[in-house]
Amino acid sequence: MSEPVLKVEKLKKYFPIKRGLFEALTGHPERVVRAVDGINFEIRKQEVFALVGESGCGKSTTGKLIMKLWEPTDGSIYLEGQDVTELKTQEEIRDYRRKVQMIFQDPFSSMNPRFRIYDVLEEPLLIHGIGETRAEREEIIHKALEMVRITPPEDYVGRFPHQLSGGQRQRVAIARSLILNPTFIVADEPVSMLDVSIRAEILELMKELKEKMSVTYLYITHDMSTARYFADYMAIMYLGRIVEMGPAKVVIDNPIHPYTRALLAAVPEPIPERREIIKELPIKGEVPNAANIPPGCRFHPRCIYMEKGLCDVKHPQLIEYEHGHWVECHLAGKI
Amino acid sequence: MTKNILEVKNLKMYYFASRGVVKAVDDLTFNIKKGEVLGLAGESGCGKSSLGFTLMGMPTPPGKIVGGSIKMEGRELVGLPEDVLRKEIRWQKIAMIFQGAMNALNPVYTVGYQMIEPLLYHMGMEREEALDKAQKYLELVGLAPDIVYRYPHELSGGMKQRVIIAMALLLEPELVIADEPTTALDVVVQAQIINLMKKLKKELGLSMIFITHDLSILAEISDRIAIMYAGKIVELGDSKKVYYEPAHPYTQKLLAAIPRLHEDVERLEFIPGQPPNLITPPTGCRFHPRCPYAMEVCREQIPELKEVDKDHYAACWLL
Repeated sequence: MSEPVLKVEKLKKYFPIKRGLFEALTGHPERVVRAVDGINFEIRKQEVFALVGESGCGKSTTGKLIMKLWEPTDGSIYLEGQDVTELKTQEEIRDYRRKVQMIFQDPFSSMNPRFRIYDVLEEPLLIHGIGETRAEREEIIHKALEMVRITPPEDYVGRFPHQLSGGQRQRVAIARSLILNPTFIVADEPVSMLDVSIRAEILELMKELKEKMSVTYLYITHDMSTARYFADYMAIMYLGRIVEMGPAKVVIDNPIHPYTRALLAAVPEPIPERREIIKELPIKGEVPNAANIPPGCRFHPRCIYMEKGLCDVKHPQLIEYEHGHWVECHLAGKI
Repeated sequence: MTKNILEVKNLKMYYFASRGVVKAVDDLTFNIKKGEVLGLAGESGCGKSSLGFTLMGMPTPPGKIVGGSIKMEGRELVGLPEDVLRKEIRWQKIAMIFQGAMNALNPVYTVGYQMIEPLLYHMGMEREEALDKAQKYLELVGLAPDIVYRYPHELSGGMKQRVIIAMALLLEPELVIADEPTTALDVVVQAQIINLMKKLKKELGLSMIFITHDLSILAEISDRIAIMYAGKIVELGDSKKVYYEPAHPYTQKLLAAIPRLHEDVERLEFIPGQPPNLITPPTGCRFHPRCPYAMEVCREQIPELKEVDKDHYAACWLL
């Protein structure tokens, strides 16, 4: 087995909540939002690892920690064996950012509206000192645009982002992330704002570039169907923890954790017969506030299988349920 | 044979923008039966939301209805004066759940205050009576009646969307137009809202037009489906027929672009290019520049909706 490209160990990110004057005076302990609360995973070369969950589960926070946009409260992130949290000087961080790039959800706001497409793509080259002359940089930019099928590039470099369609803009964003030849890409909901017909095109493109450029992806999404299509491995997050993890197909076809089952039951599918049924979702209530995480298993208040005296008291551990398929549930295999 | 509750014929609504005339709704004809859900799908900018607003009798300026007819229970709505529309039709006959409406609740008033307003003005109810009715409708959509005393910020996204649905139902309309009622909601909440709408359809015998770009969601609720492309309906029919035997190349491509949850798909299809500009739409079939089967006739003449099967129509020269 090859060494993992990215390895995340006991990663934690807590955000403090500001105390009011009264709370501070009365010596009320500081409260925190536990956005990411001790997660482990690794991603091997040219694999796509999907982080799936509802809003507020900590999946985007994890992405931002990997990008070093935030510093973790605890734990480590290793890229090709090197501990990323140790990088301190500006040079080290710049060097790291060259290897790790990000694709954002919203192609409308991820680009400076006053930059032409040429400037959008030239900026990373200038920052990292790639291409000595303008002619050299222009060649790199044209190549990058051709790679994402924005052709002919000469027609597009002079345009502003608002003159492109959503799909074209997302392709420029992909070109921008690949122009530095990174080893690792964090894609945070890259297709969720696009129309279905364009969504497929972007996913196909990202898949193709994975082979061509030998990049590894962290794919952050709330959409199980695209995760199955695009990802090799997947982890389900709930309130800052990974509750289930394994090969994408295994997790979807044989879900063990009650939360994964509920999520899967909620996914709409293009099967018209389903309109006849009003199905009960195997889940109760709504996601609690991350500042107020329930004791024991954090999913227990919403779980339909909850066992009193066990699930509401004891924190479950992530165990290997079957080869390569990890679950964090006291009742794994019994329900 | 159930009666048609809404009959739309050759409806045209154009936006008279400074750059030119945008033909957002161009010659649409369809009916809705009592208790039926019509799903309306298409890419962004195809005119599906514009159609919703037009049926409510309030096309967004600079939009104007330029032709055709909308008959609600036999009564012609096109050309009715604004005050008649407001007093007799809007919300009482046709209600709409606007896209993103849950974020448009007024933060400084309680939910109850905002809900009873139409009851006070439209129905001339007393405050007490109106609050009672609001509470009854909150229960109907699965919320606790004491929500009337709460402020919008105290509610979660799913709860706010339920409040919006309850508000749309308050004046007991015959037809509800739901414009992307589940976008911006998490999957679990989305499934709960769809379940709620199925329940309301069954219990109240409600007719609905359900607008979304997501064909998976549409399959969960629609009895019949209309696929829109560039201001026109290109396919219309029983949802099973549209999903299993799509006749129009555009519908076929759209369905092949959806990743499946329990199936391995080797390659997803996608539609090259982008929807046309509606000021100068392509001649002939509006889909022809993106269609793999385009022929000479497609570039020259506009195809009409043809019956391909019982209750299944498509507008394509290949048929």
